[in-house]
Amino acid sequence: MAGFGSFLEVLISGLLAGVLYSLVALGYVLIYKASGVFNYSQGAMVLLAGLALVRALGFFESQGIPYAAALVLALLFAAAVMALTAWIIERFILGPLVNQNELTLFMSTIGAAFILEGVAQMAFGSEVYPLRMFPKDAWILGEAYFPGGILINKLDIWGGVIAAVLVAAIALFFQRTKTGRALRAVADDHLAAQSVGIPISWIWFVVWFAAGLVALAAASVWGTKLGVQFSITFLALKALPVLIIGGFTSVPGAIAGGLIVGAGEKLAEIYLGALIGGGIEYWFAYVLALSVLMVRPQGLFGERLIERI
Amino acid sequence: MISKAMGLALAALGGLAAAAPAMAQNEQFIPILSYRTGAYAVNGIPWANASADYYNLLNERDGGINGVKIAFEECETGYATDKGVECYERLKGKGPTGAAFFSPLSTGITFALTDKTLADKIPIITMGYGRADSKNGAVFAWNFPYLGTYWTAADIAVQHVAKEMGGEANLKGKKIALVYHDSPYGKEPIPTLEILSKKLGFELMQVPVTHPGVEQKSQWLLIRQSKPDYVLLWGWGVMNSTAIQEAAAVAFPRDKIIGVWWSGAEPDVVPAGAQAIGYKSLMLQHGAGEYAVHADLKKFVYAKGKGLAKEDFSQVLYNRGLVNAMLGAEGIRAAQKKYGNKPLTGEQIRWGLENLELSEARIKELGFEGMLKPVKITCADHEGARTGRVQQWDGKAWKEISDWYTARQEITEPLVADISAKYAAEKKITPRDCSKES
Repeated sequence: MAGFGSFLEVLISGLLAGVLYSLVALGYVLIYKASGVFNYSQGAMVLLAGLALVRALGFFESQGIPYAAALVLALLFAAAVMALTAWIIERFILGPLVNQNELTLFMSTIGAAFILEGVAQMAFGSEVYPLRMFPKDAWILGEAYFPGGILINKLDIWGGVIAAVLVAAIALFFQRTKTGRALRAVADDHLAAQSVGIPISWIWFVVWFAAGLVALAAASVWGTKLGVQFSITFLALKALPVLIIGGFTSVPGAIAGGLIVGAGEKLAEIYLGALIGGGIEYWFAYVLALSVLMVRPQGLFGERLIERI
Repeated sequence: MISKAMGLALAALGGLAAAAPAMAQNEQFIPILSYRTGAYAVNGIPWANASADYYNLLNERDGGINGVKIAFEECETGYATDKGVECYERLKGKGPTGAAFFSPLSTGITFALTDKTLADKIPIITMGYGRADSKNGAVFAWNFPYLGTYWTAADIAVQHVAKEMGGEANLKGKKIALVYHDSPYGKEPIPTLEILSKKLGFELMQVPVTHPGVEQKSQWLLIRQSKPDYVLLWGWGVMNSTAIQEAAAVAFPRDKIIGVWWSGAEPDVVPAGAQAIGYKSLMLQHGAGEYAVHADLKKFVYAKGKGLAKEDFSQVLYNRGLVNAMLGAEGIRAAQKKYGNKPLTGEQIRWGLENLELSEARIKELGFEGMLKPVKITCADHEGARTGRVQQWDGKAWKEISDWYTARQEITEPLVADISAKYAAEKKITPRDCSKES
């Protein structure tokens, strides 16, 4: 029974860790779904949002403002920073590249990533800044059934709740709003969308701002987990296999991909790693991703692309 | 007209190029391989600040080393081996006599540079890190792992664990987990721990963590399920604070974790907040806090607006950077006694580094009393000291909680001899006869 309890604990922890990866992956999906751009700078956006949040929170608290009010002000400040970032990216990077091919747009986001990383650290510092937005202790459940019980971290549950709220909000945005439907048109063809009167500048600003807010949500959870610091940008590496598995255009896919990667890598690390030396979870996530690519190149939930030759 | 302007510009550039070496004729060039960006910036910044501050102190307070001013230049490695090698190639020939020595603050870069320094005749100081077998100066003439290798650290850590458990006999049947950065750095203590495991009868559990270590849930679930009696943490950067937080999440007692001296600085514990209370680490002799050298830094460097550190001033890694810079500078001073008070080549400085001896009185004179014990480097022993203490984080500051431990040569020396001999055979190096070196 202890063995099954351990297995269950690893599985649940993996699934919950996967949801945290999905939080980062959602930002990629949002921009790809709405503009056809693979945004390499999403990890840097998480860093920028986190630094803006934690530094503003520290500033407002130092002014004697109570924590709850300081947190609200800091969230508003960080959201404003992400809005400004979205405007700058649209105005100076993507705007001039309208209707360029996807590779050009992708390359421009690589440049944006390095600029954002540098500017974020220059403006807000490059230390480790602790953030305490969510509880980090754990519940031990099922002790009556399993020796030692099953450990569930409260922060992971918070991550799940935030991911659920984000998914619902994004789904509503795409399905029920005029801007959301316009975003989908822009993703299909920039010029065609412009020709029917869709203001592409505004649309791109909206989608990058929305991705900035998703980055802020991811930063609040990961910043609580790790402290806000440069290493947060490495989360992009955790989101990639999630995207490959879930598909670049699917919000539910980002969640499902996260669950598969999280559970798969944790189970592999514990049960397979013990046999082959450990330290395998980083690359094992890509083994899972490549396996899915072999069967479904568009990902489990991605849209099958059929083009006329 | 254009060609005339270009001609003038080229002439001006030529003049500058000619003037630059002339200005630097009496300067000793020391490169600083630093990382102020990237995943390990929080650890790299205090070290780089301390190096620059100490060289500035020597220039401002003493006019350099015996009248030879120090010129230094930073090169950003980002803790990446390829960038470290690029920096080395760019800076090795700089200054009137080339680079005095390199301190890469990275075991990966150290491994990559070890062969190069041999050919270029430039010493490499790896204080508290790098190849543990490079302590053997007969084989590794150009490497100086001053003050302690990872084999020294591993033995000190096990000595402390044994002491806490009431003696080495009580380690029999116990389980000690090594949670390590899955890199040359993290793997370095394993041979010593395996020897100790066999000798003392404890089970060694190896738990690798992939760079950079932002996600360690699997590793700590494994620890929760395997229930080791003690965890040794061999991390760097974000891996350390993440490990402490994950340990808290699985309710593993923090006072049963002991980190190597690269896992025992403020950035390792502050992000974890109260979860880090009770966590312990080895000390590479010194800890945090201000000593006489800090007063000099304030007076001669910071008062003139030339200091680089902010809140990191006197923190653990800043102080370590000061000790490293001081040992390098004293190596140059030692070499000057033999070769004269002038800029020296890397080969000449190697002699100084190998014949460095700092007495208690000299350490006090340098302002490092309380940070460092006497050091004596020889041809056969490039480590020079094998002592360390243990500190514990109380939520606000590190507190020293142990007396001094000395690593046992009978544990580490056979390994040093064995591994360095294999290296010498592989690289076709004829070990020097240290009895004939002077």
